[in-house]
Amino acid sequence: MGNVKIGERVQRKEDRRFLTGSGRYVDDLQLARVTYAYFLRSPHAHAKIRKIDTSKAAASVGVVQIFTGKDVAEAKVGGLICGWVVKDKHGNPHKAPAHPAMAADTVRHVGDTVAMVIAATADQARDAAEKIEVDYEVLPAQINLAGALDPKAPQVHADAPGNLCYDWELGDKAAVDAAFAKAAHVTKLDLVNNRLVPNAMEPRAAAAEYDRGTGNYTLYTTSQNPHVARLVLSAFVLGIPEHKLRVIAPDVGGGFGSKIFIYPEETMLTWAAGKIGRSIKWTAERSESFMTDAHGRDHVTHAELALDAKGKILAFKVDTIANLGAYLSTFATAVPTYLYATLLAGQYTTPVIYCNVRAAFTHTTPVDAYRGAGRPEATYVVESIVSKAAREMKIDSAELRRRNYIAKDAFPYQTPVALTYDSGNYAPILDQAMKLADYAGIDARKAAAKAKGKLRGIGVCSYIEACGIAPSAVVGSLGAGVGLWESAQLKFNPTGNLQILTGSHSHGQGHETTFAQIVSDKLGIPLDQIEVVHGDTDKVPFGMGTYGSRSLPVGGSAIMKAADKIIAKGKKVAAHLMEAAEADIVFENGTFKVTGTDKAVPLGQAVFAAYVPHNYPADLEPGMDENAFYDPSNFTYPSGTQICEVEVDPDTGVVDIVNFVAVDDFGNIVNPMVVEGQVHGGIVQGVGQALLENAAYDEKTGQLISGSYMDYTMPRADDVPSFKLGYEVTPCPHNPLGVKGCGEAGAIAAPAAVMNAVRDALAAVGAQDRIEMPATPQRVWAAINAH
Amino acid sequence: MYDFAYHKPKSVADASAAVKKASEGKLMAGGMTLIPTIKQRLARPSDVVDLGGIGDLKGIKVDASGVTIGAMTKHAEVAASADVAKAIPALAKLAANIGDAQVRNRGTIGGSVANNDPAADYPAALVGLGATVHTNERKIAADDFFKGMFETALKDGEIITAVSFPVAKKAAYMKFPNPASRYAMVGVFVADTAGGARVAVTGAGPGVFRVKDMEAALGKGWSADAVAGIKVPAGGLNNDIHASREYRAHLVTVMAKRAVAAAG
Ligand SMILES: Cc1cc2nc3c(=O)[nH]c(=O)nc-3n(C[C@H](O)[C@H](O)[C@H](O)COP(=O)(O)OP(=O)(O)OC[C@H]3O[C@@H](n4cnc5c(N)ncnc54)[C@H](O)[C@@H]3O)c2cc1C
Repeated sequence: MGNVKIGERVQRKEDRRFLTGSGRYVDDLQLARVTYAYFLRSPHAHAKIRKIDTSKAAASVGVVQIFTGKDVAEAKVGGLICGWVVKDKHGNPHKAPAHPAMAADTVRHVGDTVAMVIAATADQARDAAEKIEVDYEVLPAQINLAGALDPKAPQVHADAPGNLCYDWELGDKAAVDAAFAKAAHVTKLDLVNNRLVPNAMEPRAAAAEYDRGTGNYTLYTTSQNPHVARLVLSAFVLGIPEHKLRVIAPDVGGGFGSKIFIYPEETMLTWAAGKIGRSIKWTAERSESFMTDAHGRDHVTHAELALDAKGKILAFKVDTIANLGAYLSTFATAVPTYLYATLLAGQYTTPVIYCNVRAAFTHTTPVDAYRGAGRPEATYVVESIVSKAAREMKIDSAELRRRNYIAKDAFPYQTPVALTYDSGNYAPILDQAMKLADYAGIDARKAAAKAKGKLRGIGVCSYIEACGIAPSAVVGSLGAGVGLWESAQLKFNPTGNLQILTGSHSHGQGHETTFAQIVSDKLGIPLDQIEVVHGDTDKVPFGMGTYGSRSLPVGGSAIMKAADKIIAKGKKVAAHLMEAAEADIVFENGTFKVTGTDKAVPLGQAVFAAYVPHNYPADLEPGMDENAFYDPSNFTYPSGTQICEVEVDPDTGVVDIVNFVAVDDFGNIVNPMVVEGQVHGGIVQGVGQALLENAAYDEKTGQLISGSYMDYTMPRADDVPSFKLGYEVTPCPHNPLGVKGCGEAGAIAAPAAVMNAVRDALAAVGAQDRIEMPATPQRVWAAINAH
Repeated sequence: MYDFAYHKPKSVADASAAVKKASEGKLMAGGMTLIPTIKQRLARPSDVVDLGGIGDLKGIKVDASGVTIGAMTKHAEVAASADVAKAIPALAKLAANIGDAQVRNRGTIGGSVANNDPAADYPAALVGLGATVHTNERKIAADDFFKGMFETALKDGEIITAVSFPVAKKAAYMKFPNPASRYAMVGVFVADTAGGARVAVTGAGPGVFRVKDMEAALGKGWSADAVAGIKVPAGGLNNDIHASREYRAHLVTVMAKRAVAAAG
């Protein structure tokens, strides 16, 4: 592998390892004197724990130790935290009920942790757990979100009356009401944004070690952000000083947000490893993943859109109830507020917007960020109601969007919901998407389908997202407990090869390729001379991790900054070696040159001189090893339009996606193949939400009915067609790579694109307003046949 | 999983003896259902008797009287058999649409039939074609074999050795898969047999059942229209998050129509 440039379709370096089964995941680790943990979980959605008797279990073969919530409480282990303080309408912070790592007296969802059994083998731990006797007093549970804020609803936490975590608002209500009063047309819409289970391919896993000699702890965990995990465990939960706790997230098989958070299991493992002085391992079974990985979405929304007679949007108001589940997960509070309501302008010039969000506790699994986090929910509301307005006003839905797009010369554009869009050019994206989708030919295709007894529909979704998360001062002012910069270190070795140490974490995104690619391009170093190192708090500088499509815009920018420092230092070395003035040195294609001469020093020679400084500037430190931290000045704003075409079989209700187009503006593209992978995966997740996936609970017992793949419908390859992709590029003006991020776009836009197509198809039989996600065959059939 | 003793006998007689001797013996074919239930601790056999070492249970025989498939024959083998495809194409096609490639290469006809999952495909073919289940002790007509959810006429320790299917004049199977599991949410097998038209439904109810009204209508004239107006009562059908009983009842008619049309 030689030098590569930004923009090339470089094959992913990591895939050989992953595809040949040579990845190293937490469960692959072989630790000395290891023990295994099994977590006994609540079978009830809501119950008081009257008594736990562990005596029989403790005598079971192989048992090392059993801990219950009482032990954890007595040891004064801190509760798990929510790292984002959202202030309600009245300026009060959200309700923050305790979230013990193990339930002490009350269980609040099926799967809540009740006891931890540590034994010599995983089976022995489970055998013993079956012998634990728990005396539960089963209490009424509130499962359903729609009724959670009802005053008579069962209470999840005594210190969150009415199950209300916060009643929050954004925007100018009076101005919105005034605009509605003058509107020529008002469109109203009620939506459910269905709850999803993240389903990373690798289940969560952890292994903890305690070194009696040094007092140091090591936690191996399936984390998207090992430093954040260390910070939270150290500062808030376990009190182990940060420098005595090493967190390693080795190869991680997917996260989609669910591995950002700090969960009870790794917390308990770390704590218990210190108590028993032996290493402990745990890997979730798939059923535990279903029950305990933080779920996504789960909103009930009423929205209204005011338009003038020509279809120009005048105002938008949105009322949402968001489900937080039984406890606040690590960033739960931010998702339905700052990651949601701030996106309600979409790509449009909507002058005034008001959004009210009430977040509710229920006796269900905690809900937190899941691919897109708030932005898919916002896009679904905006893009559903815009299409509905177009249908009601008999204006073509693409045309109505076009009339409302922010013009390309209006950037930077201040929306009425706090964000300043940095760049974009929406109309050419729509043009390209319409062309790829043969939008003009839809009427003929609808007629042909009708002749076969089928219903065709086409759906448009123009999305915006705020990613490259995030400017620290901005998120700090909104309540975030952390800064959201990123770190990088470029560490040359004397022989000229290079390690990129990054605070971003790769769990499927392909950083080992793209990060190496940007450095190969920038420094002119062959790809196989570059190693990307991540995921170990003892190896890499403090970093904030991977989520919110931030790795390239923020992590990549930190790498570029560090590379600039390398070049600056290299210039000094090269100037010395060539006996030239530093100001006359230029760096091109991996070589320092004296302008106007043919004198040249390759970077590798400058690196060698820096490590073997026999002939070296007197005032310069040896070594070629530079650190950089990058704090973005704004979010980035990828945008795009997806067009989906479906054919519905009215006899069975089956929805067949016959065509799917996505045209995106991700700014500059480093590796088109990696971007395609992200877009494909994202679209499929969005299609999953629209047509297939649903975390369905029994409304009385709180059992997760779709708690396995027998009942939870994961999208499969044959559920989607080949996608047609296109790009428009407006480079991000405020980061050195001009990139915007592409990790979430597919999942953000696809639900609305698919559902708008389904509604368009169902409009032929008047059923367009009777369908919610997921539009399963049964639901589509029922919608068609409801009279 | 809990500990169990593992046996791999070489003959049906030894297998039968081993399973009868055990306090809680379980026969294992491909393990596609048995192993997950053991892993999830839903089953706790004392002894597992693996039928994989018994050559007599494998293979497909096609002659004038019909198709006989050894109990340990895998779905993939039935799907790929040119002889089956020629004699009863609907049967080969049914096997080709069971589960996924891994399941088809481990799962067996004997295991599927013995398990009698209400959403399994083979039971529809057995009942639809009027097949016979052969065991180490007797022969059982398909109509008498399936007894409702996960229940069969098999006695403790009785081993299915083969299933024989008479050749039909025409036959077809139409499956509406459960979106999640891809088992049959509704599957309808129709056949025009020597003994008359047969319509067998799987997935919709607690077990495979025949629709006599449709059979009678098809007996008068084989056409999709003949069954189009016949609805099974929704009352006794399965009702779950994927399909209400009313939707299932509706799908039975739609799938029956399509199966009749496909059979030609
Ligand atoms: C992911 C998945 C998807 C599937 N999808 C489908 C589908 O779409 N359609 C479908 O029809 N099926 C489906 N199946 C079921 C599969 O086709 C197998 O037929 C079924 O699991 C039985 O597996 P097996 O043959 O390995 O039997 P085993 O699991 O080994 O045994 C099953 C039961 O049958 C008993 N048994 C086995 N052989 C005999 C015998 N010769 N005599 C008496 N008793 C016996 C065993 O004791 C056990 O109780 C699926 C299974 C899986 C795991």
